[in-house]
Amino acid sequence: MRLPHITKSRRHLLSLASVAALAPLSAQVSAETITVATVNNADMVVMQSLTSEFEKAHPDITLDWVILEENVLRQRLTTDVATQGGQFDVMTIGTYEVPIWAKHGWLTKLDNLPEDYQVDDLIKPVRDGLSVTEGEKKGLYALPFYGESSMLYYRKDLFEQAGIEMPEQPTWSQVNDWAAKLNSADEGVYGICLRGKPGWGENMAVLGTMVNSFGGRWFNEEWEPQLDSPAWSEAINFYVDMMGKYGPPGATSNGFNENLALFSSGKCGMWVDATSAAGKLYNPKESSVADKLGFAPAPIAKTEKGSHWLWSWALAIPESSKSKDAAQTFITWATSQEYVNLVGEREGWASIPPGTRVSTYENPSYKDAAPFAGFVMDAITSADPTDPTLEPVPYVGVQMVTIPEFQSIGTQVGQMIAAALAGQMSVDQALSSAQRSTERTMRQSGY
Amino acid sequence: MRTRASGRTVGGLRTLSLQAPAVSLLLMWMLVPLVMTLWFSFQRYNLMMPSVSGFAGVDNYYFLLTDPSLWTAMGNTLLLVGWVLVATVVGGTLLAVLLQQEFFGRGVARLFVIAPFFIMPTVSALVWKNMMMHPVNGILAWVAGLFGLPAIDWFASLPLTSIVIIVTWQWLPFAVLILLTAIQSLDDDQVEAARMDGAGPIAIFFYITLPHLKRAISVVVMIEMIFLLTIFAEIFVTTSGGPGLASTNLAYLIYIRALLDFDVGGASAGGVIAIILANIVAFFLVRTVAKNLEN
Repeated sequence: MRLPHITKSRRHLLSLASVAALAPLSAQVSAETITVATVNNADMVVMQSLTSEFEKAHPDITLDWVILEENVLRQRLTTDVATQGGQFDVMTIGTYEVPIWAKHGWLTKLDNLPEDYQVDDLIKPVRDGLSVTEGEKKGLYALPFYGESSMLYYRKDLFEQAGIEMPEQPTWSQVNDWAAKLNSADEGVYGICLRGKPGWGENMAVLGTMVNSFGGRWFNEEWEPQLDSPAWSEAINFYVDMMGKYGPPGATSNGFNENLALFSSGKCGMWVDATSAAGKLYNPKESSVADKLGFAPAPIAKTEKGSHWLWSWALAIPESSKSKDAAQTFITWATSQEYVNLVGEREGWASIPPGTRVSTYENPSYKDAAPFAGFVMDAITSADPTDPTLEPVPYVGVQMVTIPEFQSIGTQVGQMIAAALAGQMSVDQALSSAQRSTERTMRQSGY
Repeated sequence: MRTRASGRTVGGLRTLSLQAPAVSLLLMWMLVPLVMTLWFSFQRYNLMMPSVSGFAGVDNYYFLLTDPSLWTAMGNTLLLVGWVLVATVVGGTLLAVLLQQEFFGRGVARLFVIAPFFIMPTVSALVWKNMMMHPVNGILAWVAGLFGLPAIDWFASLPLTSIVIIVTWQWLPFAVLILLTAIQSLDDDQVEAARMDGAGPIAIFFYITLPHLKRAISVVVMIEMIFLLTIFAEIFVTTSGGPGLASTNLAYLIYIRALLDFDVGGASAGGVIAIILANIVAFFLVRTVAKNLEN
């Protein structure tokens, strides 16, 4: 495709001409506007609120925000990037998209980052997740905004009342017993909250790690779907049964944000989810359980492998962007040490975007404010996307499979399991139809 | 220039050339999207896999027609249309008769009944989701609580029913509007005469009002059917087609294929099937309605 080059050079000519014409009037006119698309999670909302700080430091760049809910954001970004639409200059995408999109040639390689950005300071598994590691496209394609693994949150006060002691490594069957003891629907406290909202990045993230830990896997080495295996059936039956007995009502519409709201308002005894929630839960301004919060590693069942996940939200620049330099200035700012410090001073140290830089975890003010810091660092560095399951698999990814088809497969399977959770069909029905639809999708794409 | 028995003029090169611009514009308006959909439906075209492309033959159709979710979606589409039609026509007729009576505040009551029609589908779906049917904060849960009943988790346990309720709430005003106007054209003398002959209100309703409304009802059915086949916003906002496929209709299935799976080819094949289905429905419908209107 030669067309973009023509339009690009023409655009340069035009902008040169207009700058030349207007320069004597005002320097402000040359300010470049970049469009940043991001997800409506709390850390990104803070990023938006710091717009004026960025624009003060870089008067030649203006930021234009598009903030959307996760599923909608993915649709908009994927359609834009795949059709070379060029609507956005900065895209918020994750560990799943970056390697796939980079291989398609949709993302700009970030090989000329400024010296003071300190690429080596980025936590290695997170950095690797945002890179293409083989072939001629080898390199870093996105900068991590925050990184996360998963863990178990629980209410210390309720555990004490019930006389339960948290071991170093809880198991799912223990969690089930505790949920039974903690559950008291009369007082509006549910034993356990887990995601139920369908989506490969919603319920399947938690369920993926549960299945791994029950000894299951998505595909065997011949790429044959394994959803009708006993391990899947055991894990999903366990989940549906536990959530049915001790979960909150309407769980099929609860995703990360809904559960965060439930847990921080004191409605859940336990919650297994992203480590990135810890900052909000420890912030007394946002959480009524800040002083009663306990945490432990994500529960295991048959194996420890893949019991917690690895994910990061990252900022990338699409190839179709027309303001790549300005976009790079912005993403290096938003993922820099300096930005972390800025948020720490303004919003409190517990609320900084976690999981991206080693130096964050060496910062004494962060260690003081965030008792979970070392724990989270361990969880992130110990999650291994290249060896996530008991039996060997042909794919990379703990709570996901890094192939283009997974987005569709994960969401379909998530829908079926949500149907089982809602009691619309039995777990066996749900899994067998999930197995069939996954087989179809794989056959359709020629595996 | 010749004239047909129907009064329509035929032929003539000059007439044709005068009509040509309008006709070709209309053809393009209609044909270009249709042809593109047909073209894509025979292509291997998935946004996420730019390397896999080219002519797919009938693969897209094969995978769609052998997909159990297509049949579930078709069933749901028909159920949704059917139930909403029944509810709006029956409810609309009763309300129209009621609103025709003289009573204090009739103008205001009519206004309130018509009002939901002017609310955007997305907004009404949000209102129903968060304020009416929410199992914790919703008004319906509160009412159930007053009677000591457990709250219903509407969108999880009765997904299709919930959608039918929301859509009915939105389309009932339309039926009332049409049927009320029709009732107003009913001859008062005829009703008066029937009453003097000793007919009760029920007999009057079945033997005079209802036959009088027949045409209006067929118009309501036809227009609503056209719009109800493509219901999307209500499903998108409330249940996202779930749980499972319990509330996925054809429009939502095409959306899933196109924007969640990014499978443009498969979605186009779904679009073609939707067009065929709509045409079959329209064929029978237009015939029945036309027959009704002639009588």
